[in-house]
Amino acid sequence: MFTNPRIEQKIILGILWTFTAITVFILLFIIFYILQKGLPVISYKFLLTNPIDMGKSGGIFSTIIGTITLTFGALLIATPLGVGTAIYLTEYTRENKFTRIVKFGSECLAGIPSIIFGLFGFILFVIKLQFGWSILSGSLTLSFMILPTIIRTSEEAIKSVPYIHREVSYSLGTTKWQTVTRVVLPSALPGIMTGIILSIGRSVGETAAVIFTAGSALRIPTSLFSSSRTMAVHFYILAREGISMPNAYGTAAVLVITILIINIAAYLLMNRFIKKYS
Amino acid sequence: MDTIAIKAENFSHFFGQCQTLKNINLEVQRNEILGIIGPSGSGKSTFLRSLNRLNDLIPYSRVEGSLTIDDKNIYAAGTSITELRRKLGIVFATPVPLPRSIYENIIFGPKMAGVRDKKTLDKLVRQSLEDTAIWEEVKDRLHTSALKLSGGQQQRLCIARILALKPDFILLDEPCSGLDPISTMKIEESLRMLKKHYTIIIVTNNTKQAARVADRTAFFLNGELIEIGLTEKIFTVPKEQRTNDYISGRFG
Repeated sequence: MFTNPRIEQKIILGILWTFTAITVFILLFIIFYILQKGLPVISYKFLLTNPIDMGKSGGIFSTIIGTITLTFGALLIATPLGVGTAIYLTEYTRENKFTRIVKFGSECLAGIPSIIFGLFGFILFVIKLQFGWSILSGSLTLSFMILPTIIRTSEEAIKSVPYIHREVSYSLGTTKWQTVTRVVLPSALPGIMTGIILSIGRSVGETAAVIFTAGSALRIPTSLFSSSRTMAVHFYILAREGISMPNAYGTAAVLVITILIINIAAYLLMNRFIKKYS
Repeated sequence: MDTIAIKAENFSHFFGQCQTLKNINLEVQRNEILGIIGPSGSGKSTFLRSLNRLNDLIPYSRVEGSLTIDDKNIYAAGTSITELRRKLGIVFATPVPLPRSIYENIIFGPKMAGVRDKKTLDKLVRQSLEDTAIWEEVKDRLHTSALKLSGGQQQRLCIARILALKPDFILLDEPCSGLDPISTMKIEESLRMLKKHYTIIIVTNNTKQAARVADRTAFFLNGELIEIGLTEKIFTVPKEQRTNDYISGRFG
C-alpha cells in the first residue's frame, strides 16, 4: 500500500499521535468540565457542613466522612486477605490445579459488575446476617470487589522480586517467613501499593455496590452499624432525583480532586521509596 | 578438633530422574582452601550447594549417601537448616547485594538470627568489612545503597555479609566470574587471609584461579569426582588423563 517507507513512518506516527491526543483530550475535558461546574460551589463551608434538606443546600461533610470510613474499612479487610492470598499462591505452593482454580476464581470475581456485588452484599450482609444498611455491610462488599485487584497486583509484584534475592536470604540462614517478610515484601511493596491505590480509587468512586449495602443516610456515621452515604452515592442521588445540580457538580469536583490527590500522593510516595534503594 | 571438616561418602544427588552427582567420596580438611574445577554441568556447583542444603529449595531435589560436617550427617532428620546455612556461608557467581544499605546488608543475617544489640552489630559490620579489606573504601558511606558499589566491591561485601554470621566455612561459587582482574586479585588476597580462620571451598571455571589460591584441587566431570589432590600435583602430574586434558584446555 505504501511504497515509500518514510511516508509510511510519518503516517503511522500521525495516527498514533492522534490516538494519544484523543485520550489526553477526553481526560482533560472531563476534568475541566467537572471542575468548571463544580469549583464555584466548593468552599470551606461546603466541605465542612452536613447536607441540609436532602442536599438541596448545605455541604457534603457527612458524605466525605462516609467515603473515608467505607474505603478505609474495605482496605482494612481486603489488604490482609489479598496480600496473604498472593503470598500463599506465590511463595508457599507450587503451581497446581488448586492454585489455578483460585486464580481463575479471582479473575472471574474481577469481571463481575459492581451492581451484582451490591445485590450479593445486600442479601448476605444486610438481610441474612442482619448487619442492616451499614458501614460494615458496605465495607465487606467493597472489600470483596477490590480483592481480585489486590491479589493480582500483589502476586505480580511478589513474582517480580528476583529469585536470587530469596536464595541469598535463605543462604544467610533465614526461615521462609523471614525471607518473605524481610526480603520479598519490601521489594514488592511499590507494586502492592499500586494495587491498593487502584483499589482506593475504585472504592471511592463506587456507587452501585455501596448504595445497596451502606444505604444513603445523611448523618455522620457513629458506629460500624450506622448507615452512611458516600460522595459518589450523594452525587448520584442529587443528580438522579434532580435535587440540586450545582451541589451535584460540587460533589463530583471534590470526588475528582480526591482521586487526583490520592494518585499523585501515591506516585510521590513510590518514587521516594524506589529512590531510597536504587 | 578433627582435621577433617567435611566428609562425603557415596554422596549422590538427583533432580527428579536426573542424577547430578554420582557417588562422591571426598574429604575437606580444616583451614584449607579446596578448589573445585570442572566444565559447566559437571556438578561442582550442585556439590557446593548440597553442603548448606541450598538445593533443598529446588523442587524434586533429593540425595543419597552421607554428607558429614563436623561429624554430623547434615541430611539427618532434625538438622536445623538455618543453623547449617549460617555455619556454611555461600557467595554466588553474581554479587547480589540486597536492595538496602551496605550496613543493613551486613547485619541482615545476624539480625535474623536474633542479634539486636546496636554495639554488637556495629562491631560486626566493621570487623567483617575489615576482614574483606573493603572497610577503608566504604566506611564513610555505610548507610548508602549497596547497589551503588562497583561489582568487585559488591562481591567483597557479599563475602563480608557471610563473615558477619561467624561461619566456619566459606563456600564460593565462581565468585570472580564477572569481575575484572584487579577485583579478582583483591578477592583472592582476601581468601588467603581468611584461610587462617575458615575452611574455604571455591568452585571456579577459571582453572588458573584454582592453581593460584587452592591448597588442594578437585576435578569434577559429569557428576563424578575424577581426582582430588594437592594443587601442584593436579596441575603438574595429574593421575588421570581426563584431568590433564581439562586443565590443558583440550576440552571443557
